[in-house]
Amino acid sequence: MTTSEIKFNDEAQKKVQEILAQYPNDKSKSALLPLLHLAQAEFDGWLSPETMDYIASILNIQAIEVYEVATFYSMFNLKPVANYLIEICQTSSCWMCGAEDIVRYLEKKLNVAVGEPTQDGMFQIKTVECLGSCGTAPMFQIGDKYYENLTFEKIDAILEDLRKENKRSRYV
Amino acid sequence: MAKVTIDDITIVVPDGTTILHAARMIDEQHGTNIAPPTMCYYSKLKATGGYCRTCIVNVTQGSEKDPRPMPKPVASCRTTVMDGMVVKNNTSPELLEARAGVVEFLLLNHPLDCPVCDQAGECHLQDLSYENGKEGSRFEFPKREVEPDDLGDKIKLNMNRCILCYRCVKVCDQITDGRVHGVLYRGDHAEISTYIEKAIDNDFSGNVIDVCPVGALTDKTFRFKSRVWFTKPVDAHRNCAHEKCSGKVRLWFKGDDVLRVTARKDRWGEVEEFICNECRFDKKSKHDWEIEGPSIISHHSVINQNHYTLGKLQLGIKNQIKHLNGTKIDLGEGALNPNNIEK
Amino acid sequence: MNEKLLLKYDHIPGINTLAVYRQHNGYTSLEKALKTLKPDEVVEEVKKSGLRGRGGAGFPTGMKWSFLAKPEGVPRYLVCNADESEPGTFKDRYLMERIPHLLVEGMIIASYALGANASYIYVRGEYYYIIKILQKAIKEAYAAGLLGKNILGSGFDLDLYVQPGGGAYICGEETALLESLEGKRGNPRIKPPFPAVAGLWGRPTVVNNVETIAAVVPIIQDGGDAYAKIGVGKSTGTKLISASGHINKPGVYEIELGVPVEEFIYSEQYCGGIRNGKKLKAVVAGGSSVPILPTELILKTAKGEPRLMTYESLSDGGFATGTMLGSGGFIVMDEDTSIVKNLFTFARFYRHESCGQCSPCREGTAWMEKIIKKFIDGKANMADIDLLWDVQSKIEGKTICPLGEAAAWPVAAAIRHFRHEFEAYVRNPQSINEVKHYYRLNNLVEA
Repeated sequence: MTTSEIKFNDEAQKKVQEILAQYPNDKSKSALLPLLHLAQAEFDGWLSPETMDYIASILNIQAIEVYEVATFYSMFNLKPVANYLIEICQTSSCWMCGAEDIVRYLEKKLNVAVGEPTQDGMFQIKTVECLGSCGTAPMFQIGDKYYENLTFEKIDAILEDLRKENKRSRYV
Repeated sequence: MAKVTIDDITIVVPDGTTILHAARMIDEQHGTNIAPPTMCYYSKLKATGGYCRTCIVNVTQGSEKDPRPMPKPVASCRTTVMDGMVVKNNTSPELLEARAGVVEFLLLNHPLDCPVCDQAGECHLQDLSYENGKEGSRFEFPKREVEPDDLGDKIKLNMNRCILCYRCVKVCDQITDGRVHGVLYRGDHAEISTYIEKAIDNDFSGNVIDVCPVGALTDKTFRFKSRVWFTKPVDAHRNCAHEKCSGKVRLWFKGDDVLRVTARKDRWGEVEEFICNECRFDKKSKHDWEIEGPSIISHHSVINQNHYTLGKLQLGIKNQIKHLNGTKIDLGEGALNPNNIEK
Repeated sequence: MNEKLLLKYDHIPGINTLAVYRQHNGYTSLEKALKTLKPDEVVEEVKKSGLRGRGGAGFPTGMKWSFLAKPEGVPRYLVCNADESEPGTFKDRYLMERIPHLLVEGMIIASYALGANASYIYVRGEYYYIIKILQKAIKEAYAAGLLGKNILGSGFDLDLYVQPGGGAYICGEETALLESLEGKRGNPRIKPPFPAVAGLWGRPTVVNNVETIAAVVPIIQDGGDAYAKIGVGKSTGTKLISASGHINKPGVYEIELGVPVEEFIYSEQYCGGIRNGKKLKAVVAGGSSVPILPTELILKTAKGEPRLMTYESLSDGGFATGTMLGSGGFIVMDEDTSIVKNLFTFARFYRHESCGQCSPCREGTAWMEKIIKKFIDGKANMADIDLLWDVQSKIEGKTICPLGEAAAWPVAAAIRHFRHEFEAYVRNPQSINEVKHYYRLNNLVEA
């Protein structure tokens, strides 16, 4: 993707304006996290350097200020990812309730290791830390959706549904 | 004004003074050595300090009004004194143990490649570990490794040596017009970088080298040319056209050649006045400069192996000796070896 | 006994909408506050209630509010900390998902009390679906004249915004949260100054947890005195407990502070006992950072008194034999759970979440994770137990923010109460594979 293609569409532009309206005029840097979320959703699920430079230009800040922030937070993907990033919680309660089995099952079923996308670019497994779903463990998150109290049968059904849906997942 | 007692020495300082500065004032007045070490704090820059935790001290009495001790060690660089405050630094064994812990943390992923590091001999981490650390390491895992990176053609970045003091970031924020490098990622993956390769291209960018306490940012024009203790530092100045540059520098000679140019540093290892890149990188002939005379270098620096000045310097050392309490320090036969000076 | 104040209507269908919320006393507290109380009187009610911060630290809310600096002509802010990320804690998520208007109403009342005309709810980014729920509720509130200019004709103006985080536990620390809200890395600030003086954009700011803000609604409804009558001693009111782990009925429970721990674990009203008829081994009572306690110490204090779900009772005995109520993240472990392996998940978590700003936390959390991994891999020796102890002690109290302690305490407590388990990992490494690390899911995967 070249720089010229990095531009929010009209609908996203409207959202940008709504976001910027949330802060005093001289504090627009506060919009950085919401804009990065929006940009990640709009531009293929990850933040390329070009995308980040584009955000810097919108907020009129140095590019490094965007890189510093984007690399700090775990939700921003700095490399291209598959359509469905399966984020499996592995902390304490989830571990106690079988998170490692979920990881192993998915690795086997999708025939990939954690971190690798499937060949068709559909799925990618990522292990993450506590997602605040301890009472409904084990669980994973795909986009903004929580899948809880997982069993292998449930996982099979979820993957099948998503394959049919075949759309890039997003938080925003 | 506030009265504060640090390691049993009392001083009256203006309100708002930090514990660190009060301790430095005591050292300057009494020739003592009670100021806590600093790795990230930099008095010449705003909003530095608090990160490295080497300057922690115990506050055993908060103030005259509220004598309760502070529950945890505090960063002396970011804690202001209160009237009647009592602070323990070198006189608290627990504090020294805690500081040794901080030193160990700082060295955990440090490559200890001093033999090939240009900073060796003027490295604050070397001084810190010698004075405040313990022998050996208990860390038995592979150290973190990051590929060496360049910040343009004049500045070498070696992230493995970095202790994340943020000084270079603050320099670029405060004395250059636009920062291109910063601290990226987080936790033990945090690193100094430009993210996508970019040169730090600014008239004052070279100052990141001088403020770096370790060998993470070094001068490529001086790279591998000489160990610093084989060069002779000389203070010099020129009429620099750059309005923000004082033109007051330190030239590091080897024979008749100027191997490198740096800013002058005070006794706390801090730059006195920042200099421009032209002075630093482009004026490498002694004819570019008006020489003032040999630089005063702190007695404990190995740079003093090249002893060439006595007088004031030696007096300073004599003062320090009183506080060595008879411990012998093996510095060899040099005239400036404190052991060789009459007591 | 056990009156519910926050989750009274959580199972009413449609309670997430303004219409249904209003049918169940919704926004009557706000009306009462705006029409009958001055801002200072609201603060006074909260002080009287004895409400303590529900995010983990337990600082008295009324006192925090009264610390807020009020310089002339400078805007001040209320920021809600909805960055719930402490492992074992999911109560705020439940509350916001089920009854978003309770938080919105609490935000309006609290903003009125503090004189804030713009307030923010900072929600962890992973809860994006919650952000959408809140945004919908806020939109409804605007449309009904409950937000915006001249709310309910009172002359009070408030704009309420939702801000997403980006995935960082550290942003639950209030100054890191403010940095993040300013569009920066979530590095905790060095204090002083405290947010009450210089917070968001350098202006006076109060940061309160979701549950704390929500509790303001019943406090105004019934009065601070009525609230203070619920609970025990200085632990007034109700508390949301997130119960998880090896229990029959995990979930969020609103308890009156003072319920005995034993009753909480075993009664059908709450956790319903240990799953699969197993025995209880240990509990982490207040979120991952508080000390783990073995069965005998979580059910009874060292003095032999029944331990209660209160700030004081849980911390009875200090860290030697006690723990903390913390955020109310109640993680229960059965007899088969490996304490060392669970500790490893905590250590990995804290290493992952350290901001990296100060050296003891940045380097120390990574080191601790590596040492604990050695035990699990069967490669540790006895000296590693002492090393681990020493490393945690060198982090605790030496860092900028409490994440250092949060990372050190669970390690210290695991060694303090379960040293024999570390020793077992050293003595018999070949038996590690036989140690039951965790439940086998659905019993479908062979060990």
